[in-house]
Amino acid sequence: MRREIPLLITGIVGAVFVLQYFIPHWPFSKMNAWFSDWFSIVAAFAIWLGALNLMKISLQKIAGRKEDWGYAIVIIVSFLVIVIPGFGGGQGYREAGTFFSWLYEWVYTPLSSTMFAILAFFVASASYRAFRARNLEATLLLVAAFFVMLGRVPVGDLLTGFMPTGWQLSDLAGWVMNFPQAAGQRAIMIGIALGLVSTSLRIILGIERSHLGGE
Amino acid sequence: MEHLAVWIAALLTLGIISFLYKDNAWYKLSEAIFVGISAGYWFVVLFWDNVHGKFWTGVFPPEQYDAAGNVITEAPDYMLWVGAALGILMLMRLIPKIGWISRWPLAFIVGSTSGLYLINYFSSNMMRQVQGTIMPLFGMWPTDPTTGETVFQALPTYDIVGNVVILVGVFSGLVYFFFSKEHRGVFGATAKVGIFFLMVTFGASFGYTVMSRMSLLIGRVDFLFGTWLGLIK
Amino acid sequence: MSTRTWELLVVAAVLIVSTIVYLGKVGGWIGGVSFSPAVSIIVIILIFLSLVWILVRTLRGSLVDRRIVFLFVGLAVVLPFFMSITQKIKISPEVQQLYDALEALPPGSKVLVSFDYDPPSAPELQPMAESFLRYCLRSDLKVIIIGLWPQGPQQADLALQIALEDPEIQSKSPQYGVDYVNLGFQAGNEFVIQRMGANIESMFPRDYFGAAYRDLPLVRNVKNFSNIDYSFNLSAGYPGTQEWVQVAVDRYGLRLGGGNTAVQAPMMYPYLNAGQLVGLLGGMNGAAEFELLTGVTGKGTKFMLSQSFAHMIVIAFVIIGNAAFFASGRRKPLEQGK
Repeated sequence: MRREIPLLITGIVGAVFVLQYFIPHWPFSKMNAWFSDWFSIVAAFAIWLGALNLMKISLQKIAGRKEDWGYAIVIIVSFLVIVIPGFGGGQGYREAGTFFSWLYEWVYTPLSSTMFAILAFFVASASYRAFRARNLEATLLLVAAFFVMLGRVPVGDLLTGFMPTGWQLSDLAGWVMNFPQAAGQRAIMIGIALGLVSTSLRIILGIERSHLGGE
Repeated sequence: MEHLAVWIAALLTLGIISFLYKDNAWYKLSEAIFVGISAGYWFVVLFWDNVHGKFWTGVFPPEQYDAAGNVITEAPDYMLWVGAALGILMLMRLIPKIGWISRWPLAFIVGSTSGLYLINYFSSNMMRQVQGTIMPLFGMWPTDPTTGETVFQALPTYDIVGNVVILVGVFSGLVYFFFSKEHRGVFGATAKVGIFFLMVTFGASFGYTVMSRMSLLIGRVDFLFGTWLGLIK
Repeated sequence: MSTRTWELLVVAAVLIVSTIVYLGKVGGWIGGVSFSPAVSIIVIILIFLSLVWILVRTLRGSLVDRRIVFLFVGLAVVLPFFMSITQKIKISPEVQQLYDALEALPPGSKVLVSFDYDPPSAPELQPMAESFLRYCLRSDLKVIIIGLWPQGPQQADLALQIALEDPEIQSKSPQYGVDYVNLGFQAGNEFVIQRMGANIESMFPRDYFGAAYRDLPLVRNVKNFSNIDYSFNLSAGYPGTQEWVQVAVDRYGLRLGGGNTAVQAPMMYPYLNAGQLVGLLGGMNGAAEFELLTGVTGKGTKFMLSQSFAHMIVIAFVIIGNAAFFASGRRKPLEQGK
């Protein structure tokens, strides 16, 4: 029964979501509403699982005095520093002026923004070290990238200002994005959609069981 | 307090940036704070928005008042208990002996997304895209409403070229992804054309990715040199 | 002196200098810095010459240390902030399409704006949000704000504050609940969009500030998407524009324009081409173009010079790397810098 019940759940839930698209009336509309609400609640618990797992691993690191266990203490302290005011502040926990909103604005936001921002440096470094026009395909990729990078900023038109209207870099970049790039993206999109539809059908029908794990 | 806030934000920003020189204690400290704060932030937000906002207020709805000041209370939705039960089963993953029960809520999530995506992707990412590819290539035959005559109207050259490129690109790209047949002869040549279109797509994506990453960096520089140090006019 | 000592000295110097500059900012004796056009050109020439030096070094067989590349990227982004160079921004067709769709809306039309991003994506999307809200409020379009990301409504609030500072908008005295409303965040991703297609109030029974949906004059009679004249989605990932297209556009016929980060924007072109999207703002350049169309310069335009320099630096390094690759006859791998 350890595998049969989950398979049954997957099948019923998946079928309801498919059917409610074609029959948006009772009982499917009601079941759609229930399942949507349950999904939101379960998703919250899934994130909680991750957070609690992080705390478990950090505590194990501290207890075992493993490498960088000092930073595990920082992780736990930081977690508690935001969670306590978050729960203690009630429903108005994130209103302007609360400690939670202060932490969000001056600690969480700078850290998350900077983590993404330093990728800019790595993109440049990786391009310098690895981006080589070894063959026709790579050259095409490079040329398309150059067109777009120069054409989407004003400097592209500055460099090709002598060209007639419609042939400057911004126009060419726009053409590349709207036609050949869109065509390639569409092919990828259709391919992914086909794969996704077949996988979803296999999951709903119980043929695909990898999401249930081993045993 | 504002001065302290700006300095904390600036020091944490510089701590992350210091990784560019090399891994160091300042970076590790900033990273540890980020991990803890992120986990805590989502922990709190999802509690209030999902668990309390959906489950608790659904099962124990608060009193509300209409315009006349009369109390109106919605009926409790007891079905939400099922969602809560599934959520708690999810947490059983932390206990190895009964962790297998977390497959039930996982099956629910997989089933929900499979059912929803099957229809959405089929409709929007497949049918509508195929529809968008089948376009007049050279012109159209509109009917004049006054005379009832059908007259050929040629498309501008720009649109003709564009529509042909779209058709050839989508078709050859799809041919490339068909791996059940060996890429030889005409089929192989078509797949080769498809690769060229895909390379243009990846190149454009790379260009936009560079743009995006640089934009984020520009945002941080604006904070450091503008908000923190006040050097930007 | 050991490397460690040098490193500590540099850190100490950075902290001391930044403290002095900060105190100068607070005390008012250090203000904004701006290079004259002549200095700006000299700086550009120096950067160019440095790139030539890197090219020569790379052609000689050794790639420069990655930290030199990082330094150039940093300079390319930082220095333009102080330069006095203006650039001519050209409007792309997809941005024009979005603007035209807004212009065609009569006053009083209801516009649904979904804020589906968080602060890391703010440099690209916040300028779009500010200019979009400013345009709507100036044109007497009624704005209904929602968020599928928890931070979305907060970002919306920040953008509204900027828009409401506009003198033309202030003269109209827009009222919350009548001219604009923030319904807040709702968890559930595309399930929320799906339920909104039937009944928006079921997903947003209260607004961001706790007021009941039916007590807000603007949305009281807005049942679902059929009562919305145009929708604009600011998206940085999942859930975002793709989900809005799949559910709201294709199933409920909503007219939707997209404002996306540059990473996402290329994936939206098939939707634009198929008519599922009515207009698209992609990345910071999209924001700058929209600012130009709406006539108010904001951060999107201000940051474009740094964007231009950054792109040129990346292209320069790619060209340098390839020049060395071809010069070495593609035979031996280049010696890596430390």
